[in-house]
Amino acid sequence: MFKALHKYASPMHFYALANAWTPWLFGISATLFLAGLYGGLVLAPADYQQGESFRIIYVHVPSAWLSMFSYLVMAGAGAASLIWKVKLGDAIARASAPLGASFTALALITGSLWGKPMWGAWWVWDARLTSELLLLFLFLGYLALQSAIDDRRAAARAGAVLAVVGVVNIPIIHYSVEWWSTLHQPATISKMGAPSMATSMLIPLLLMALAYQVFYFAVLLVRARCEILEFEKRAQWVKTLASTRLVAHAAP
Amino acid sequence: MSVVAIAALSALDLECVRGDELVFSNLSFALNDGEILQVLGENGSGKTSLLRILSGLSAASSGELLWRAQPLSADPADWQSQLHYLSHAGGVTGALTVAENLRYASALADRGALNSLEDALARVGLWHLRDVLTSRLSAGQRQRVALARLVLIPATVWLLDEPLTALDRAGKVLLETLLTEHALTGGLALVATHQALTITRAPLRTLQLSPAVVS
Amino acid sequence: MTVSRPALAILRRECLRLLRRRGQLSQPLIFFTLVAVLFPFALGQQSALTQQTGPAVVWIAVLLATTLSLEDIFRSDFDDGSLEQLVITSTSLPLACAMKALSHWLTSLLPLIVLAALMSFVYNLSAVERLALLSTLSLGTPVFSLVGAVGSALTVGVRGGALLLALIILPLYIPVLIFGASAVHNAALGLPISGEHYFLAGLAVLAATLAPFAAAAGLRARLS
Repeated sequence: MFKALHKYASPMHFYALANAWTPWLFGISATLFLAGLYGGLVLAPADYQQGESFRIIYVHVPSAWLSMFSYLVMAGAGAASLIWKVKLGDAIARASAPLGASFTALALITGSLWGKPMWGAWWVWDARLTSELLLLFLFLGYLALQSAIDDRRAAARAGAVLAVVGVVNIPIIHYSVEWWSTLHQPATISKMGAPSMATSMLIPLLLMALAYQVFYFAVLLVRARCEILEFEKRAQWVKTLASTRLVAHAAP
Repeated sequence: MSVVAIAALSALDLECVRGDELVFSNLSFALNDGEILQVLGENGSGKTSLLRILSGLSAASSGELLWRAQPLSADPADWQSQLHYLSHAGGVTGALTVAENLRYASALADRGALNSLEDALARVGLWHLRDVLTSRLSAGQRQRVALARLVLIPATVWLLDEPLTALDRAGKVLLETLLTEHALTGGLALVATHQALTITRAPLRTLQLSPAVVS
Repeated sequence: MTVSRPALAILRRECLRLLRRRGQLSQPLIFFTLVAVLFPFALGQQSALTQQTGPAVVWIAVLLATTLSLEDIFRSDFDDGSLEQLVITSTSLPLACAMKALSHWLTSLLPLIVLAALMSFVYNLSAVERLALLSTLSLGTPVFSLVGAVGSALTVGVRGGALLLALIILPLYIPVLIFGASAVHNAALGLPISGEHYFLAGLAVLAATLAPFAAAAGLRARLS
């Protein structure tokens, strides 16, 4: 079984697999996006307290979930490369980082846009938002380390150690921030605190979350393919691939 | 195959990639007990890379290294406990005196039989400077401190990267003597240097690294 | 135990090495004092405000001064080649990293705690607050050294390593900052602070068990 796993974890096989899957994933995610947006922006009723502005959760909440998920993928792939020497892990970890940083930034921006009508301020030191901000710093640290080390493989290996350290720290950071924010401002309104969401609001949210998830995997595969080509640029299969592409382009 | 089984240290089809560049490939050699191998090659041909791979600091991108018919990667700690790696930088700390540097090195290695510090320092001609901070020494003297480690801590395999840098004529003779004695007691050495080594009483072979041909 | 001799040798050698470079050792201390002295200029002379912000200022100043001293845990050893010797020769690299972190704490953070005690008088802290500040600093700063050693290992030999190190490490220090600063705040209000103490001690134990392994993995990654 382990052998089969190693076969699919080989960059060459993964590249071919990713190549085949990417268009499907993009298609599925586009469909889910359309369905989710229609449900969220048209079908779902306005919130009795927040009015129309609550609809930003269809962007904000999935971004926040995916930001966390991207970090976990990054750390998991890094650990696989560090511990089991799965070469593919380096490519996936490096591919996941900018995506995660973008989702984190999106969650922060939409959170702040949402905060303005709710709290009357662009920024509130709410536990969730603050944790998200710190997550952004963790991503930025990883990206800064990647760009500071010239050798791709060495950078990925150092990044893997950092990502694993970060993953151990994330729950600690999260709970200490939560504890800190309840200490200093006990009257924070919990955004997701509504005990039960109306089904007509919840289903579009879940659709959007799924759309984000599939979109993440689609972009991850595209980025991982680029990383694999860079990592393996000396391998015979990459050279063959490049030359056949060239021939295909040269042909009239 | 029989050559591999007999040789103490053998390399099979080593390939080294640094960054995106192929440094060398298809590198094979075998070394027996009591032999010295001089590694030759122009700048960038991978002499340092080869020694770093042998030291276990970095890994070859492909190929195999065997020590007494066992792969090095099987027990890297055991392999590393039998070798000396003398790098470009030398590993001599400026903020410590000559004696402190060597005492630290021997405590760190923590190998049973050590030669005395006094002998080692006398051997490299630094006994009178033992309590001087190494940052005050000349480059050649610091290189002698690094050589003193070879005398102080016994090891079967010596990996020496440009050990003649900054050494004067007497220093070169000293290194050649140390290498000869090492080989005569059954030790192995790989020495990366451009200069001709004058070693008559022990078998001295050469390994020419040529620039990798990019296919 | 067979590992203790190399470990003690590393500890002794590190302390000697760091203490001999007095210039480098004293600069973070001077920086700490400067930062702590800058705040009252920005806050104005109202003594109530400076007294209230004092503990937070001291914590921030300790944090910033620490990041300045972290780089040298592995940097100069990398430059002179003794880091390679350590990685090859050491029987247990994680233990060696733990010893490096310990000597960093002894030579860089212990003096900072002493200076922080002096600063607590400058900021007019009450005896209870001073006790809370010093006890949380003593529990929290080992985390700075241990986690900092990981960052120092990961950025060794990297261009602009010092700034990169700060970027990587500061977010990881936030839990310590939160509990440390809030303990002093609560102590001033007469609230019990044993919760913060336990949490900081827990973080220190966690860092002591995991960080040396991460630092060792980081060093191997950087030197390969």
